[in-house]
Amino acid sequence: MAKPAIMEWIDRRLPVTSAYEKHMSKYYAPINFNWWYVFGLLAMVVFANQILTGIWLTMSYVPSAEEAFNSVEYIMRDVEMGWLIRYMHSTGASFFFLTVYLHMFRGVLYGSYQKPRELIWVFGMFVYLVMMAEGFMGYVLPWGQTSYWGAQVIISLFGAIPVIGDGLTEWIRGDYLISGITLNRFFALHVIALPLVLALLVVLHVLALHEVGSNNPDGIDIKKHVDDKGVPLDGVPFHPYFTVGKMPQVALFLFVFCAVIFYMPEGGGYFLEHPNFEPANGLKTPEHIAPTWYYGAFYSILRAVDFPILFIEAKLGGFMAMGGAIAILFVLPWLDRSPVRSWRYKGWMSRTAIIVFAIAFAILTYLGGQPVSTLNGIIAKICTVIYFAFFLAMPWYTKYEKTKPVPERVPR
Amino acid sequence: MIKKIIMAAGLLFGATTGWAAGGDVHLEHMSPDMKDTVSLQNGLRTYMDYCAGCHSLGYARYNRVARDLDIPEDIFMENIVFAEDAKFGDLMKFAMSAENGKAWFGSAPPDLTMVTRVRGVDWVYSYLLGFYKDETRPYGVNNAVFKDVGMPHVLMDLQGLCSSAPHPAEDAKIDPLTGESIHSDACAGYSVEGELTSHEYEEVVYNLVNFLNYMGEPYQMDRKRIGLYVFAFLAVFFFVSLLLQKELFKDIKH
Repeated sequence: MAKPAIMEWIDRRLPVTSAYEKHMSKYYAPINFNWWYVFGLLAMVVFANQILTGIWLTMSYVPSAEEAFNSVEYIMRDVEMGWLIRYMHSTGASFFFLTVYLHMFRGVLYGSYQKPRELIWVFGMFVYLVMMAEGFMGYVLPWGQTSYWGAQVIISLFGAIPVIGDGLTEWIRGDYLISGITLNRFFALHVIALPLVLALLVVLHVLALHEVGSNNPDGIDIKKHVDDKGVPLDGVPFHPYFTVGKMPQVALFLFVFCAVIFYMPEGGGYFLEHPNFEPANGLKTPEHIAPTWYYGAFYSILRAVDFPILFIEAKLGGFMAMGGAIAILFVLPWLDRSPVRSWRYKGWMSRTAIIVFAIAFAILTYLGGQPVSTLNGIIAKICTVIYFAFFLAMPWYTKYEKTKPVPERVPR
Repeated sequence: MIKKIIMAAGLLFGATTGWAAGGDVHLEHMSPDMKDTVSLQNGLRTYMDYCAGCHSLGYARYNRVARDLDIPEDIFMENIVFAEDAKFGDLMKFAMSAENGKAWFGSAPPDLTMVTRVRGVDWVYSYLLGFYKDETRPYGVNNAVFKDVGMPHVLMDLQGLCSSAPHPAEDAKIDPLTGESIHSDACAGYSVEGELTSHEYEEVVYNLVNFLNYMGEPYQMDRKRIGLYVFAFLAVFFFVSLLLQKELFKDIKH
């Protein structure tokens, strides 16, 4: 089919058609994708939701210590459909993390981070890191009690760093306490700086993916077997098969997403915390300060180190453990020495490790929102050890275990 | 500095015992009914008569409440709005300065627009049923749910004053014939008699909390109604996209 003249004209000046073909119609995705592979797409859907609802929220939100809380209630009550926009945004935050966690776990299951996809994983980890900052700063904006005291706790973590700690916390806050100036800078970072970085990182993540091609549940390289036109025999074009073709999955996801928005927007106090319906008050500490659920695991790891290690005091030790728990994820591609990618072909040690790790991570996430108790403390310590052991022992158990042979072609 | 570190460390490692004040207190259950307009109207009246002297509903507007509760503007302005210069579209802010509040009650009476979202309806309901006589307190009353609260028992005219901490009917008996619970007064004896029976008083409190629940999220009926349309749309969308998917993938099934 001949291209219309207008496309010819544009293509000579801007690579529209070739970019469309490279990334959509002639990007070949493996046919054995299973339902785990939908979460990347879903994360994009939620990201779009966050950007759009965020823009509309900004139209009525007032970033000042005096007016922030009032303006959020103004949005909820006086702005037409404002409550819907706000609930879509607040629910979206939780679902962004949920989809990204499942997307990351898919990568762990099928070894999607392994050579040659290390950079995809690293860009993805940067996406996750920026999301954590984005989510944290966004939570401060409604300027309720959880906003204020959550920020107080998280920022004070940096005070644990020796020598520069105190100066650093002051620099982050822009004040001696959390104040309007902190709120305003978080607003600036939340609505423009971090979303820009996030969008750029997502682009890099996808570009790196499209350079090497998608992994699949069997960890087979589909580019090894191509037809005479160079099209992988076990691949189908990304568009329309994994765009339009995935719409039922998107619809199912939206069912769940909308069930929360319309019928349980507070998410049982996990998505919107109860004390956050009370304006920030620097003189009244809430009885229970817990981070939002999606930071739960790392918060648990922080709290699990409540004892000094040699000359390192507990507060610094906890901070280092938390930082280490996030940092170690970045080097995952170099910890896995297995000759196979997918857990389908890895040995029993890897398979067990992945399952135990997932359970430990879930428990840590849950405990992050729970009050400290002796039993919780012990469980958190055990799960923290499991968390680190999963990564630190990986070079050994993946190298020395017996793996199963990987088929040449996608099994049919 | 040292103090700051200790405080931060306390927040980090020591914090927390369950957020609701007095986490162990038994709370009476109450289920709000947004469709019961009469109950909401009665709750509004009780609020304006007994609560509005001190507690604002500063995030809500009169006209919205009038509309949602089916009260015509003229009746509403005449009977509900007591501030003389208040306009129909104003926020429901009732004058009491924070300084006066602090001087009179120990702390400024909080705005109650979102109280049910902060505390939960069960808590507010139990709190309003929980006042009892305690001569050691400045106003001679204490509360079983919120210990040493600064607030006096403003509904004493109606309830009377329980002479000791009321015991909610945890072991409420069930009538074997009707299956309904046999009402028993949580208060063992009254040191001041009220105008209402304990049953009538509970109804007043129910209506009040029902109204406050409406206040916390006035659009909650819209939310649930619109949700149904969204689900209906998604169901159609799902069905159509499923047909599309079947059509797409029929040639490449493996």
